[in-house]
Amino acid sequence: MGEEAQALILSTSPHAKSTDSVRKIMGIVNLMLLPAVAFSIYQFGLYVLAMYAVSIATCLATEYLVVRWRKRPFSLNDGSALVTALLLVMVLPPRFPLYGVILGAVVAIVIGKQIFGGIGYNIFNPALIGRAFLAAAYPVWITSWITPRIGVDGISMTDAVSTATPLAQMKFDGVVAAAADLFLGFIGGSIGETSALLLLIGAIYLIVKKYIKWRIPLSIFLTVAVLGGIFHLINPARFPNPLFHLFAGGLMIGALYMATDMVTSPITKKGCVYFGIGIGLLVIVIRLFGGLSEGAMYAILFMNALVPLINRATKPRIFGTGAGE
Amino acid sequence: MAAKDDRKSVGVEFVKGFWKENPILVMLLGMCPTLAVTTSVINGLTMGLAVVFVLTCSSLIVSIVRNIIPKQVRIPVFIVIIATFVTMVDLFLKAFLLDLSKALGPFIPLIVVNCIILGRAEAFASKKGVFLSVVDALGVSFGFTITLIILGGIREVLGMRTFFGHPVLGEGFEPWIVMLLPPGAFITLGLLLGVKNSIDKRLKEKRSR
Repeated sequence: MGEEAQALILSTSPHAKSTDSVRKIMGIVNLMLLPAVAFSIYQFGLYVLAMYAVSIATCLATEYLVVRWRKRPFSLNDGSALVTALLLVMVLPPRFPLYGVILGAVVAIVIGKQIFGGIGYNIFNPALIGRAFLAAAYPVWITSWITPRIGVDGISMTDAVSTATPLAQMKFDGVVAAAADLFLGFIGGSIGETSALLLLIGAIYLIVKKYIKWRIPLSIFLTVAVLGGIFHLINPARFPNPLFHLFAGGLMIGALYMATDMVTSPITKKGCVYFGIGIGLLVIVIRLFGGLSEGAMYAILFMNALVPLINRATKPRIFGTGAGE
Repeated sequence: MAAKDDRKSVGVEFVKGFWKENPILVMLLGMCPTLAVTTSVINGLTMGLAVVFVLTCSSLIVSIVRNIIPKQVRIPVFIVIIATFVTMVDLFLKAFLLDLSKALGPFIPLIVVNCIILGRAEAFASKKGVFLSVVDALGVSFGFTITLIILGGIREVLGMRTFFGHPVLGEGFEPWIVMLLPPGAFITLGLLLGVKNSIDKRLKEKRSR
């Protein structure tokens, strides 16, 4: 045995360190988004590919310029701007003008992220800030939907025509789409939100790798299912079934990829559950009783704002103190 | 010597309202009219000029009567003085500029409880001489006006493509409706604050070097 092996190593905690870097995690998140991205390009045409390209270019360029101007640590190659760029396009309508995509990407990076100090400091999910800004700036564009290539019941369409999302049809016409179509993504809607299946596949891998906290999506889904179920039982004619709630609109992508954003979600386990319940509650309230057809975006943004409070309220007891009082 | 000092402090008291003690960007006072009426330049300008008139006149009167008001009732007295001038502005706008009066709605009468005016009366006019009080009032209120014009300008150009009602951006520019809504006011004001603070920071760094 050499002398080095016997030497006593002194160091401060943490002693167990993860080998994961921001870059690696963000890279895997990007990879897991790819199936849904590819499906969305197939469903809504090459124009969507152009939207992705424009969004990625704008996000990276904006991030580069702000980081240089603010003389912050260089964060361009950590992949976080790429995640924002992909998520932003995935929650936009399929024929959103490219100029609007640029505006949303700039707002997402500058106001959603860099204003707060860059990665790790943002309070709100940057992509959702971008979408919220666009929703308020262009109320008409943000609600113009088209039919996908493979439509309801798996019937393929030759021409894309304008349509309403399943949530809008439910809200304004009382038509409830079939759960299978919703699950597979054979519906109109935002670019990347339609296929619950592909979003789930990627998210399950991320949960297994512990890159996203499973408590958040699970508590969102449970809250939505239970509350949606209760309202459905009360009045099936007016309120849709819980499966519809789970697979329609932006709930899947929001719950799996946006609410679970490492920076903007609570750090305690209990906090994650409260956070998820809050989002689920708001989604149901907005969908069933609000003026908008979909509420996942505002639900997540609202709960993002409460995260510091949730963290403080659920602070675990320090070991060895305050027991039994 | 005394006259020179006076002249110097007159300059200081006038200029400080524009940058160092800007009522919006530094003191964050009068947020209600700032955020609510700045959907266009003309609204911002009118609001600003109304405040110039009310603040200057009320500072003048408050400064004149400052030694005969009992301390305990000074705030009610200030309010009565301010309300007098606000009523004058309100009636003037209703008589000559009815459209603007309608656009500004309740925010003209609300100048009565505007923190900037009460703040200057309490912090400056009730303590300093008549001349300095008027200079201070002019500086602060014009600082307020200019900031409102900048805010209103940014929001009008981006939200309606126009500046002072004249189209400045081409048809190709799709106006951002959000800029005319409350979130647009908050975002613009926040960005202006950030720009001002970062300029201050750069100036300070330059000076210390």
